[in-house]
Amino acid sequence: MTATLRAGRVSVRVEPASVLLGAAAWTAAVAVALHAVTVGDYPMPLSTVLDTLAGHGTLLTYDVVVRNRLPRALVALLVGAALGSAGMVLQRIARNALVSPDVIGVGAGASAGAVVVIVVAGAGATAVAAGALTGAVVASATVYAVAARGGAHRLVLVGIGVTALANAAASFLLTRSDRYAAEQAATWLVGDVAGRSWPDVLTVAAGLAIGAPVVLLLTRHLRLLELGDDLARALDGRIGTARAALVAAAVTLTALATAAAGPIAFVALVAPQIVRRVLTPRSAGVLPAAGVGALVVVSADLAARRLFSPDELPAGVLTAAVGAPVLLYLLVQVSRRSG
Amino acid sequence: MGLALGVVAAAGLSLLVGIQPVTPADVVLALTAPAGRPADAVVLYLRVPRTAAGLLAGAGLGLAGAVAQGLTRNPLAGPEVLGVNGGAAFAGLVAMALVGVGPLGGYVWFCFAGAALALGAVLAIASAGRDGATPVKIAMAGAAVSALLFSLTSAIVLRDHDLFERFRFWLVGSLTRADLPIVLQAVPFLAAGTVLALALARPLDAAALGDDTARSLGARPALLRGSAIAAVVVLAGTATAVAGPVGFVGLVVPHAARALAGPAHVRVLPLSALLGALVLLLADVVGRVVLRPEEVQVGVTAAVLGAPVFLYLLRRRRVGDL
Repeated sequence: MTATLRAGRVSVRVEPASVLLGAAAWTAAVAVALHAVTVGDYPMPLSTVLDTLAGHGTLLTYDVVVRNRLPRALVALLVGAALGSAGMVLQRIARNALVSPDVIGVGAGASAGAVVVIVVAGAGATAVAAGALTGAVVASATVYAVAARGGAHRLVLVGIGVTALANAAASFLLTRSDRYAAEQAATWLVGDVAGRSWPDVLTVAAGLAIGAPVVLLLTRHLRLLELGDDLARALDGRIGTARAALVAAAVTLTALATAAAGPIAFVALVAPQIVRRVLTPRSAGVLPAAGVGALVVVSADLAARRLFSPDELPAGVLTAAVGAPVLLYLLVQVSRRSG
Repeated sequence: MGLALGVVAAAGLSLLVGIQPVTPADVVLALTAPAGRPADAVVLYLRVPRTAAGLLAGAGLGLAGAVAQGLTRNPLAGPEVLGVNGGAAFAGLVAMALVGVGPLGGYVWFCFAGAALALGAVLAIASAGRDGATPVKIAMAGAAVSALLFSLTSAIVLRDHDLFERFRFWLVGSLTRADLPIVLQAVPFLAAGTVLALALARPLDAAALGDDTARSLGARPALLRGSAIAAVVVLAGTATAVAGPVGFVGLVVPHAARALAGPAHVRVLPLSALLGALVLLLADVVGRVVLRPEEVQVGVTAAVLGAPVFLYLLRRRRVGDL
């Protein structure tokens, strides 16, 4: 079901199911994030949190809420949104559920780039983001150069090879750095939102500020791209530009999300799949994928904090534990359909 | 024959090259008439165990890769791609770190169990669906299982600072921890795996013709599958116990062996063992010299040298042929 809104010459196609799922996912994600801000070693009712945000808190509540829990919750939300939408874009362009940024090497490239900066320069958020972006661009360019023609399967295989190379580079740095930097980088490599601060929020927010408008503006081209190269080109000769812009946006989103929180595994793969299974695949938009991604990461982080207390697990361990079986399930499903 | 000489030469290089300068005369003296000279200690306690570990782990990985590729008829089926190295490393870490199992003889069984579980999971998942275990599905399933194991391994190591410090080199793949007792304990396991693998040469050739033809030639596919999986688990599991999870040697070496000797497993298997030992030793020597005075772990040099070959293999073949 589709409704078309018109205002003069501009028209927007709106799918009620997509809007509904998007709204539900975002509401749930924000609710979980708010809950996460209230719990911890120093539990705090929501009213205190809101008072503190309004500027009426004590020094202690300000420290807990504004300096610790809020940036963590925001990083989780934004990173989830960035990864979810990047995954949706790449999966739809490749017309293959398995092609998500972490499977085709973009996430690993971003990680390696960021680890270089963390270990070699020990630098701040901006430099880490630049490193992640560079790594992601190099990795995706390599994957593209090796696998340009050959379809989704070759893309995935080349992605595995590039991932292995990027991981080797990262492990190499881990063995050469001093113990403190190595441990910091190793924690970061699992993907975690614990201890994130406002610069990290800014990093991933910058990714969304660059990537999201491109993705939202060009979403309608995804439908065309899903028809396949030849048909898409016949219907619209400039489709190549749209695709390049979408891929660049997805790489940027992945890179800056990775810079902020590490390579949180499988979110980019799973979030779009949840959306496509709840909705019919055709009407699955990017906003619901972003919402589900945000929900997945905040929930994973909350669970990783609470389930094993007093120990805390990195959120990435939990998303990997849930995401790997989903990937395997998809693998079997995809081959059933095509076989 | 030339290859065997190459392995001997690489072993000699591995004894000579390193941060502490050692001359060929030092090596000979240390091996024949050790007298407590400083060079004797370097040769006997550092270089010899390290070289022996490289020989054993390399041969094990090369042979495991050749058996795995022959069994699955899949050119991408290296032990690391099948999740075997990751499974062995994870279980070995659990044994050493959490259960407190000390010497190799104890934790190698955990490595076997981890390798077997990971391999079983990857093969089962890849075989599901109508088209069976295609190379792409095996690689994907292996990548997913490896990613999961990596996360769990990190979760364990990062809980504890000392654990992290103790295992961060082993987990990259490294020969520096090898000492002679551990290496000697690995020999019987590796010998058993090698005998089993070499015994599979003819059945693997028959299996290459397809299950039905193989059956009519008197082969028993189920028995072959079982013993081949056992051989891969023992060989790659022991190699991982000795050297940590070293990637790409098991994947790339059998391709070189087939290029040199043709497809017959009677020749591919022994050649893969020799080439594996050669490649791992050379990768380790390279890691010792490229960034002197610091060392690059062999797992890193193996990946840096091996991953481009993997990408080349992908580029050369059409995916339909895989």
